[in-house]
Amino acid sequence: MRLFWRSFSGNRGAVVGLAIMLLLIVLAVFADLIAPHSPIEQFRTSFLTPPIWDAGGNGAFPLGTDDVGRDMLSRLIHGARLSLIIGGSVASLALVLGTTLGLTAAFAGGLVDIVIMRAMDVLLVFPSLLLAIVIVAILGPGLFNAMLAVVVVTLPGYTRLSRASALSELARDYVTATRCAGASAVRLMFLVVLPNCVAPLIVQVSLGFATAILDAAALGFLGLGAQPPTPEWGTMLAGALQYYQRAWWVLAFPGLSILLTVLAFNLLGDGLRDALDPKLRR
Amino acid sequence: MIRFLLRRVSLIIPTFIGVTLLSFMLIHLVPGDPIEVRVGERGIEPARLEQLRHEFGYDQPLWKQFIDYEGQLAHGDLGKSVVTRESVWREFITLFPATLELAACAILFAMLVGLPLGVIAAVRRGSAFDYGLMGVSVTGASMPIFWWGLMVILVFSVFLGWTPVSGRISDAFFIEPWSGFMTLDCWFSDDRGACRSAWSHLVLPTIVLGTVPLATIARMTRSSMLEVLGEDYIRTARAKGLKRNRVVVVHALRNALIPIVTVLGLSVSALLGGAILTETIFSWPGIGHWLIESIQRRDYPVLQGGTLLVAILVILVNLGVDLTYGFLNPRIRR
Repeated sequence: MRLFWRSFSGNRGAVVGLAIMLLLIVLAVFADLIAPHSPIEQFRTSFLTPPIWDAGGNGAFPLGTDDVGRDMLSRLIHGARLSLIIGGSVASLALVLGTTLGLTAAFAGGLVDIVIMRAMDVLLVFPSLLLAIVIVAILGPGLFNAMLAVVVVTLPGYTRLSRASALSELARDYVTATRCAGASAVRLMFLVVLPNCVAPLIVQVSLGFATAILDAAALGFLGLGAQPPTPEWGTMLAGALQYYQRAWWVLAFPGLSILLTVLAFNLLGDGLRDALDPKLRR
Repeated sequence: MIRFLLRRVSLIIPTFIGVTLLSFMLIHLVPGDPIEVRVGERGIEPARLEQLRHEFGYDQPLWKQFIDYEGQLAHGDLGKSVVTRESVWREFITLFPATLELAACAILFAMLVGLPLGVIAAVRRGSAFDYGLMGVSVTGASMPIFWWGLMVILVFSVFLGWTPVSGRISDAFFIEPWSGFMTLDCWFSDDRGACRSAWSHLVLPTIVLGTVPLATIARMTRSSMLEVLGEDYIRTARAKGLKRNRVVVVHALRNALIPIVTVLGLSVSALLGGAILTETIFSWPGIGHWLIESIQRRDYPVLQGGTLLVAILVILVNLGVDLTYGFLNPRIRR
């Protein structure tokens, strides 16, 4: 653990990623206290107010307001909460389903293995965003369906990874020993083999968080994800389409928030990979 | 080589069937059937509904519909749009050149910029340039391109007025579509103004779609070059007294390119995903724009057929990359 931390903290990018992530968590947890206004309250006297440092800015709305007079800063803060919920639930659901499928494929072998892995190959053939779009188009637009679609398109990554690492563990002596001692298949799968496959899965979850947030925002942007007035960053961008040429702030800030969040999780994932991979460790 | 080829080709058959099964299943998850959904709340005479159902085959049992669907696909029939009544294949093939033109330009842009940057970063490992480039490239790889596209439009089209906002060519020009590639068609039409207009429409979408591949290429080139630069034959080449540039470009880069090109070929799926967003932002009349429109019009046959064609395209490109790689590297032919 100490070795891990020394390697991780030596990676400047990873530390920046971790710091942004912690900041987001604080914002998300205390959104109601930190945000100056409600994310859906409309101030009818201040439509499209520019940010505080621009001419015409108003101290009550530090990052300006949108076309119906909602405070941008408050919406962004509440959007952070939403993004973390999206990333967290999508990544954990995909992790649980994918790991179960991957371990089952590795343990059962034969026909089960072939069917599961071929199904994953089929999912991988479709561009992930296109598949997510088609799924949402069929199930109907909405945040829940969008999250479900992103789970489906990110599933193959987890399945392949857990299958591959389980297969390499299965050949080890300790697994044979446990099996000889009479451990059941389920016990062997989840209590013996799985803990030894955790390192690559942690990395995958961190990167999966980034993908989930990015894809859900893209769906929101296309009008297929969260619906207005939900303060989801992608949906906010879609709402800004008609007047962004007059009001740059309604466009710039939500996108910047998406970029920073995705960047943080990608940096974190890279840092974790370097710290957890013994091959790269000096 | 023949055996390798046959094995690789036979491997894609189950994927092929799986892809058609998935695209068939997806469309039947639609509550009701595509005709009902399209009619929506407007309502329709029951007799007319039956007639339409019969015409599109939705009154058959599910397994029979699937067999019929596979049979149709085998004959190259992907169904027809319920909006335009045009065959899906015909619509796809008219719009595909626009997407191909954009994607090709984006990849070209990403390689022309990404390769040299990656090489310089590898040669000057640990320098400020190296750190800076890696920071920029991880940012580029995290970019929400739907936002990036709008920001680029805001800066270059709205504030600076350098480039047009959307479309493939200005309305002032009419170019007889011959190849479907606007830049080529303009070139052959000898209309200088049209040429300039077509290229200026292409610049921003190319940059936006090329951003993520550019970041990936720069990163991969750097790590691939670092690996190759540590090899014995590079030391030998240096020891022979060759100039540094020659060692880097001829000896190192040529070997470092193999993994880069492979990964590039396999990322065509991600590129097509990016094209959907880019085309939507720039109103670029290609496949992505067409698919998003089909959702808005509830044109399910187009959505189904178009998605299937995109998947088949990805399978074929991946197969091509695989075969080329096997051809270049005999070790993996086993």
